[in-house]
Amino acid sequence: MNRRDILRRTAAAGLLATPAAGLLAGCATGGGDDKADGGTYKGTKSEQNPLGVKEDAPLEVVIFNGGFGEEYAKSHEAMYKEKYPKAEIKHSATQEISKTLQPRFVDGTPPDVVNNSGASQIDFNGLVSQNAIADLGELLAAPSLDIPGKTVKETLLPGAVEVGSYDGRFLVFNYTYTVYGIWHSTKLFGERNWAYAKTWDEHIALCKQIKAAGIAPWTYAGLHPRYMSWPLISTAIKFGGPSVATAIDNLEPNAWKSDAMKAAADAWHQIVKDKYILEGSPGLDHKQSQTAWCQGKAAFISCGSWLESEQKDVTPAGFNMTIQPTPSLGSGDKLPFEAVRGTAGEPFMVPAKAKNVAGGLEYFRTMLSKKGAQDFTKKVSSLTVVAGATDGVELPYGLSTVVKALDASGANGFNWVYNNYYRKLERNLVDAACGEFFSGRIGPAEFLDQCQKGADSIAQDSSVKKYKRTA
Amino acid sequence: MKHGKYPLIITFLVPPVLLYVVFVVSPYLQAFQISTTDWLGYSADANSVGLANFKALWRDDYVWNALKNNAVLLALVPVLTIVLGLFFATMLNMGGRKGRAGVTGVRGSALYRTVYFFPQVLSVVIIALLWKEVYHPNKGLLTSALHAVGLASPTWLGDPRTAFWCVLAVMVWSNVGFYVVLFGAAMSAVPKEIYEAVMLDGASRLTTLRRVTLPLLWDTVQVAWVYLAIFALDGFILVQLMTNGGPNFSTDVIGVRMYDTAFGSETKFGYASAIGVVMFFLTLSVAVLSLRAGRRDRIEYS
Repeated sequence: MNRRDILRRTAAAGLLATPAAGLLAGCATGGGDDKADGGTYKGTKSEQNPLGVKEDAPLEVVIFNGGFGEEYAKSHEAMYKEKYPKAEIKHSATQEISKTLQPRFVDGTPPDVVNNSGASQIDFNGLVSQNAIADLGELLAAPSLDIPGKTVKETLLPGAVEVGSYDGRFLVFNYTYTVYGIWHSTKLFGERNWAYAKTWDEHIALCKQIKAAGIAPWTYAGLHPRYMSWPLISTAIKFGGPSVATAIDNLEPNAWKSDAMKAAADAWHQIVKDKYILEGSPGLDHKQSQTAWCQGKAAFISCGSWLESEQKDVTPAGFNMTIQPTPSLGSGDKLPFEAVRGTAGEPFMVPAKAKNVAGGLEYFRTMLSKKGAQDFTKKVSSLTVVAGATDGVELPYGLSTVVKALDASGANGFNWVYNNYYRKLERNLVDAACGEFFSGRIGPAEFLDQCQKGADSIAQDSSVKKYKRTA
Repeated sequence: MKHGKYPLIITFLVPPVLLYVVFVVSPYLQAFQISTTDWLGYSADANSVGLANFKALWRDDYVWNALKNNAVLLALVPVLTIVLGLFFATMLNMGGRKGRAGVTGVRGSALYRTVYFFPQVLSVVIIALLWKEVYHPNKGLLTSALHAVGLASPTWLGDPRTAFWCVLAVMVWSNVGFYVVLFGAAMSAVPKEIYEAVMLDGASRLTTLRRVTLPLLWDTVQVAWVYLAIFALDGFILVQLMTNGGPNFSTDVIGVRMYDTAFGSETKFGYASAIGVVMFFLTLSVAVLSLRAGRRDRIEYS
């Protein structure tokens, strides 16, 4: 063997070893045939135990270790253990939900409770169409743990059940209540004598004033530009009514090119055209743009109600971040200015093949008790889907403005769920269109075209299961 | 000695081959099988769909876009890296012309050699995060430098016109160091007399590189080419961490597409495996082609 041969062979070995990505798909499809039900834990149902929990059955909980951390879950687990002292609880937390759990789903040995959230969330469309998630209907019908005389369902805020329902079956339990809106600092606005504008024309006038004062009116997460699709779609829904959202969710033809969407895209194009966006924003990620905003380099940012806890470390004292609804386009709007997008978020599920399904449901019932919900709100400064659970809890400034916005919005609140039905549509396709639109490379018509093209590609993809909702 | 040969071969060869079969060959074979199914990854149910995934691939614009980007990487990353690597290695090993000994590197070559190797010591993740900050559109090193001399700067990773080139630059940057060392080692195997003779004949440094060094190093360059070509067809980690394929798919590569299809925005493992199979054959063909195309007469020093 001479030098050339050695080199050649090294190259060949490198060829086989390098495309490691090819190994990713190498998880086995075999195994995990429907094992007999013998392995599952079932207890006897009674008034005290409406879900039929086997009191000594172990419970495995996997938590997404993101913005909320994992401490809140540990105290929920302690509450569960208090009621079932003989149950052994296995707790783990990860940021890589899909990679960690995928083999276990295939193997038929998934954990009992999964907090399927974060960037590595498993696409719900895939899970639902493979019947991989247990029906949570029984949980809704069970009596609340510590709110007397009410079933679990009756303790929830409106919309909490709908978000997690697929074809009428309640499969995904979303624990937090998230409000989406436009944020500003009351401190900054107070110092400068600015007032949040309620109509779009006033908003543009205010932007002009802010820019003249040497501050950029807007910034956004340029690397995740879908954050800007939220206020844009909100503007359209407030203008044209909730049917705008239903059409988008149901993948109706030309839903993205409705008059309301056109009006909203035209309006939002103004802040791009007039250069009301902080220079360089298209190159910032969500943390970087939010930090620039906290440093007073920009006046407005679009985000959900998790913003305050996410920015805790970098927010200056007395910054007083405040959430506000999107401005109205005009007097012709179908929904009032106060209407905001509120939705249940932070999804939890019990895998259909979990050993201790009843225990998983009972764990959710613990989370949804008043005690469990209050503990969560105190620990992570976020609302839960349990109505009135914040009563008597002292909230941080930003969250108190969220509660106020939610109260003012009342029955006018709206939501959309296409991002849950078709994760790819929001995460990839609308996201890319928003990036082009808000950096000014395409105009409103092209923007809506690109979104529509994305929605059509999902609608035509026969391998994606479709869902419809009526309201 | 003869009777002891086979036990020795078996002891040393069988375990690695077994490991290789279990952990490398069998997943590959399985990927081939999965690519003909509609497996969604979270149950054991998968229906055979024949070649439907490959037909869908053929019409998938996003896959084509990613392949196009890989093709550009394939055309540029190896060339740029090898040219830079050869240049630096030459300067470090025989760039100096002052010394009477004839063949030495430029002054401070030991220091440079260490500096060039730095990126190789860092993990790819660190490199990606480091450069993400360098490319920060408001306070990054690059932006600040441009602003300091009064130039406007683009938004780097935020602009589809620049993002791809930014990522490509990082790929070259992170690879050059290794090839400087590789070429340097190969150069030290070349007898010094050859260079002394060339120098006596009065050849310039460029001519020396082109006419003498490069032909003598051809085997090494060829290996470098294959490695870099495979790297260019992958590029997954850097792209995923720096841009995740954005903005507007301008930096998308086939590896990211595959990952996104299985673990990202969808759970189509069957389709993702089909992408993986295509990638496998592309990588294989590129490697074979570059080994064939680069075949030349071997030079032996004796």
